[in-house]
Amino acid sequence: MNNNPFNDPGLAKRHRGAWLFKLYTKISIVFTLAFLSFFIFDMVRTAWPALWQTYVQVEVSYTAQSVKVTRKAIDRKYSKIVSRAWLRTIPQQVKDKPELLGTTQLRWVLADDQVDQYMKSHHHNLKSKQIKIVDDLVSKNKIKLDWNDIFLSNGDSKIPEYAGIQSAIVGSVLTLLVTMSIAFPLGVMTAVYLEEFARDNYFTRFVEVNINNLAAIPSILFGLLGLSVFINLFGLPRSSPLVGGMTLALMTLPIIIVSARAALRSVPDSIRQAGYGLGLTKQDIVKDQVLPVAMPGILTGSIIGLAHAMGETAPLIIIGMIAFIPDSPGSIMEAATVLPAQIYTWAGMPERAYVEKTAAGIIVILLILISLNATAIYLRKKYEIKW
Amino acid sequence: MFSLEYKKKSDIIKERLTVVVLATSATIAILTTIGVLFSILFQAIEFFQLKSLWYFLTGTEWHMSHDESVFGALPIFSGTFIITIIALLVSIPVGLGNAIYLSEYADPLKRKLFKPLLEILAGIPTVVYGFFAALTVAPAIVELFGAIGVNAAYNSALASGVVMGIMIIPVISSLSDDVLRAVPSNQRNAAYALGMTHSETIRDIIIPSAMPGIISACLLGFAKAIGETMIVVMAAGLRPNLTWNPLEDMTTVTVRIVDSLVGDHAFDSPQTLSAFALGLVLFIVTLVLNMVSLSQIRKFKKKYRINRL
Repeated sequence: MNNNPFNDPGLAKRHRGAWLFKLYTKISIVFTLAFLSFFIFDMVRTAWPALWQTYVQVEVSYTAQSVKVTRKAIDRKYSKIVSRAWLRTIPQQVKDKPELLGTTQLRWVLADDQVDQYMKSHHHNLKSKQIKIVDDLVSKNKIKLDWNDIFLSNGDSKIPEYAGIQSAIVGSVLTLLVTMSIAFPLGVMTAVYLEEFARDNYFTRFVEVNINNLAAIPSILFGLLGLSVFINLFGLPRSSPLVGGMTLALMTLPIIIVSARAALRSVPDSIRQAGYGLGLTKQDIVKDQVLPVAMPGILTGSIIGLAHAMGETAPLIIIGMIAFIPDSPGSIMEAATVLPAQIYTWAGMPERAYVEKTAAGIIVILLILISLNATAIYLRKKYEIKW
Repeated sequence: MFSLEYKKKSDIIKERLTVVVLATSATIAILTTIGVLFSILFQAIEFFQLKSLWYFLTGTEWHMSHDESVFGALPIFSGTFIITIIALLVSIPVGLGNAIYLSEYADPLKRKLFKPLLEILAGIPTVVYGFFAALTVAPAIVELFGAIGVNAAYNSALASGVVMGIMIIPVISSLSDDVLRAVPSNQRNAAYALGMTHSETIRDIIIPSAMPGIISACLLGFAKAIGETMIVVMAAGLRPNLTWNPLEDMTTVTVRIVDSLVGDHAFDSPQTLSAFALGLVLFIVTLVLNMVSLSQIRKFKKKYRINRL
């Protein structure tokens, strides 16, 4: 053994070092994946109760008096049990169905958020008297947890049990429409120019440096730009999807440009040369041959850019898109809020009931983002051409 | 039977016009950068006409009141710095470990599985991380340190720093992974021929070769950490606090920017303008970090004549 010229006495130690090093990299990946699963588990666990909302069965009397003073519609002892927001809809109900007036109906109505939290055995502020009433209702089967459809059909509300994400979703859609209708054409045009037409001169290089820098500027500084240029200089309406969309467009631009350039570059030169051989002009080649082939790649990059813009919050806070918006905005000039901004506002609310709403909003936004990214991956796989 | 057609004049004009339109759209990128710079710069200059630049950079007291406001940003810079350092202490070792595992040890199947998972982590909006930091991590830290008898604040720098570090892991790991894979295979083969083990090859050959790229990735993570807003807005403090203790609450540049712009101050009041002064500092620092990062990656590409990346 000792005569073996290849024997290295330190070999065992070296192998142990190798093993330790590999262990370190394994631990780091396990840590990352463990965090990801814990994070998703934690969010789902927090959001889970928001799937249900508590309803109570009480007698509602529709009288001329209760239309005016809505709390008179129900028995006084239930005043803290029934949602104030639901009581406020009584005049509207009577308006829609005038035959209700003068009748007394046994109805399932939305419960107050404190009752809801008590039923979900979370922290609540119910007094012992009210707990007794609720327990009594439970024993009579007059209280139930029912599917929470309010969350998707209502806008924001200061009353937790009545709050939903509908207005935020509409705001997000409007904002992202503005973003994409600006960033997509501009990004593709810039990429086409840089890849197909531009010569390698100072202007081109300067543009490239600027694109690189744009990608590195912290998002909050785009908010400062939106505030001082779009709002103060151009006088566009504060909190509107127009301003928000324009600000996000400038942020999304570098992502779209970079991916569109990569897609254009992957189109082989033989296609262009074949076009020249047939006597086509450069413009025709780019428009009819290169762009259609590169389109799936460009779309993939744009969807990823869209997902990025969808989750962005900081610049939108600066330009005021965290306003309280109970009704969906009708146009891009009206004040609006977006989904991540809604999550931010709810996260700052003192009521315990908002915690589950916030987490539910997060699950919604994560589902949207994952499906956007899945679409991008699907497009890439489906239309990928190996040259 | 064919005829050669000359290009019509209208076609030539059309073609030129296309190029001009395309070039104009390319200038938008320049205009935006200049726009960001100037929109911040003008307000910042206005601020420094009201308040001293020297005290802004070196002063240790920052408070606002109706009659006398003092703007010394040193506690804000220190808070940003400490939270960023905590974030990097989490993200550099873990991010590099991920990159090495994915590029060297993982078989193709595992790679195919883990890469999208890391991309999910990269795609989580920062506001979600902020909620997670405030709701789950911060109370856990208070409990953990409470158990050994140390008081921690509910908006401690540690909570936001750790969560921010996790947010940056994919930034560092994806760029480092690309760089590690780009190291030419003849380096690796030479190391094997000399009888080095796999780990020794990675540690002594691949990583030193890829060093400029790894530095570039870390600088990018650094820039991302100081510019990160939502996590610190939701989980860190509002109070400028000059301390080294990561268990205390501190504030950051981005928190102050958000805080002074969402209040109802007049647009030309020093309170509002101070946000732009802080924004200018943030802009300069991230720009410098990005420049250095780009020059490092260029160095790497030049050394090994790599065109992609």
